[in-house]
Amino acid sequence: MTDASTRARELVESTYRSDSRRVLATLVRLLGDFDVAEEALHDAFAAALEQWPVDGVPANPRAWLVSAGRFRAIDHIRRRARFDARHAEIAAELESHVPISVHGGDDDEIPDDRLRLIFACCHPALAIEAQVALTLRTVGGLTTEEIARAFLVPAPTLAQRIVRAKNKIRDARIPYEIPGQAELPERIDAVLAVIYLIFNEGYSATFGDELTRADMCAESIRLARMLAELHEDSEVDGLLALMLLHDSRRAARIAGDGEPILLDDQDRTLWDQAKIREGITLTTRALASRRVGPYALQAAIAAVHAEARTAAETDWGEIVGLYDVLLRIHESPVVELNRAVAIAMRDGETRGLELIDSLMQHGELAGYYLAHSARGALLLRADRKDEAIISYKTARSLATQLQEQRFLDRRLAELGERSQRG
Amino acid sequence: MKYLCLIYDEESLWQKMSPDEMGKVMGEYNAFGEDIKASGHFIGGNALQPTSSATTIRVRNGKTITSDGPFAETKEQLGGYYLIEAKDLNDALQVAGRIPGAKLGSVEVRPIMVFNS
Repeated sequence: MTDASTRARELVESTYRSDSRRVLATLVRLLGDFDVAEEALHDAFAAALEQWPVDGVPANPRAWLVSAGRFRAIDHIRRRARFDARHAEIAAELESHVPISVHGGDDDEIPDDRLRLIFACCHPALAIEAQVALTLRTVGGLTTEEIARAFLVPAPTLAQRIVRAKNKIRDARIPYEIPGQAELPERIDAVLAVIYLIFNEGYSATFGDELTRADMCAESIRLARMLAELHEDSEVDGLLALMLLHDSRRAARIAGDGEPILLDDQDRTLWDQAKIREGITLTTRALASRRVGPYALQAAIAAVHAEARTAAETDWGEIVGLYDVLLRIHESPVVELNRAVAIAMRDGETRGLELIDSLMQHGELAGYYLAHSARGALLLRADRKDEAIISYKTARSLATQLQEQRFLDRRLAELGERSQRG
Repeated sequence: MKYLCLIYDEESLWQKMSPDEMGKVMGEYNAFGEDIKASGHFIGGNALQPTSSATTIRVRNGKTITSDGPFAETKEQLGGYYLIEAKDLNDALQVAGRIPGAKLGSVEVRPIMVFNS
């Protein structure tokens, strides 16, 4: 094999890695069907592997691939037309629909194609698990096996979930379109929810190996970055910032034995400063916009922590203020709890404990392990060890995840108490 | 593309309504009907009599079994439907979300299957 043909082969492979999702997004729009588009994508790359080493690499590889995929798909449909007249109509219709992007020009990709695809994959008419799976598969380009491993679902189950979602998109005709202004904020929120769910699975889930989980975080950050590039929105910036700021602590938050390390006890020199800088820039931009939403505010809180060189330097006054604003736009018992803890850090444990106790009296927090765990931590700070032990024991009886249980067992052991296995 | 919008709500709600409230809801339905006729979405639609008037029939091994009541006892009952023409699911959902019954109960949107002969 000549050097030129080796280089052409390598270029096909690197183009696949960098551009296959964009080509797919455009093919989905042109052909109107996921499965036909995926087949066309593979045909196009197969053709490139045959032709590029012989004819040379085209000037615009991506446009070439879109064009090749489209013609092959139409050809397939036309061949089927010999058996079924209906296909002749489809082929004619697809052919008459001449895409701008195929006909050269410098702008060989309509960036909106990927946005259209995200909105279709994250359509609220699909179940949330299906949205997550389809987004990772189609927009993210992960394999079914990778997604199945990350979510601890058998691969056939996940594959079926994806097939069902694609069928619903086709049968109910979920459109590949960017929603109009009236629906846009709501639909963007649905997309952000999917991305954040993927991030949290990677960040806080107790299953899967560390590598797969890091992949999920990286993938969700990449998706948010792409979304930010395609669509200017303060909540997109806010979510991207929030994820970057959390992810910046990755190296500091898990001990050698796999136990989580609390924010206060982390070695802050291990925090990723590049991610922090980017996160803070994005947060500032999001907060300056007219639409300040929950993601931007949570990012701002994470940014205050990121800016403190030691736990003692944390500006708790600022954090309390941000929680106040967050509560006004996004009322939630968990936010109330976090605010109470921030107030305890600012004004002392007594005030914080009063707040937590009154929250627990009326609301869902009484059954939430973190509320009792936070109460225990504050009691301990106030030198009320016996009461702290009772709170930690309640927390332990409510904790459902293995890592949470192990963390509380360790706390109780430090306090000289044997935990009740529950 | 055609979609069937199935309107489910609690029949007891209707029974408990005062004539004024009933008149208000009927007015909303009339306005909605006019609206989707004007926009070209409307193909057909009807309100149904309550499930107390329903009869369910099954044929098993050539034997006909007739029973009183709807197919399944549920909290919300099928009370009416619209058959609409819509560009895609978003368009259909936009119409279905304006059906007054969506505020009282829920509306299920189902694409009509097309058979190619």
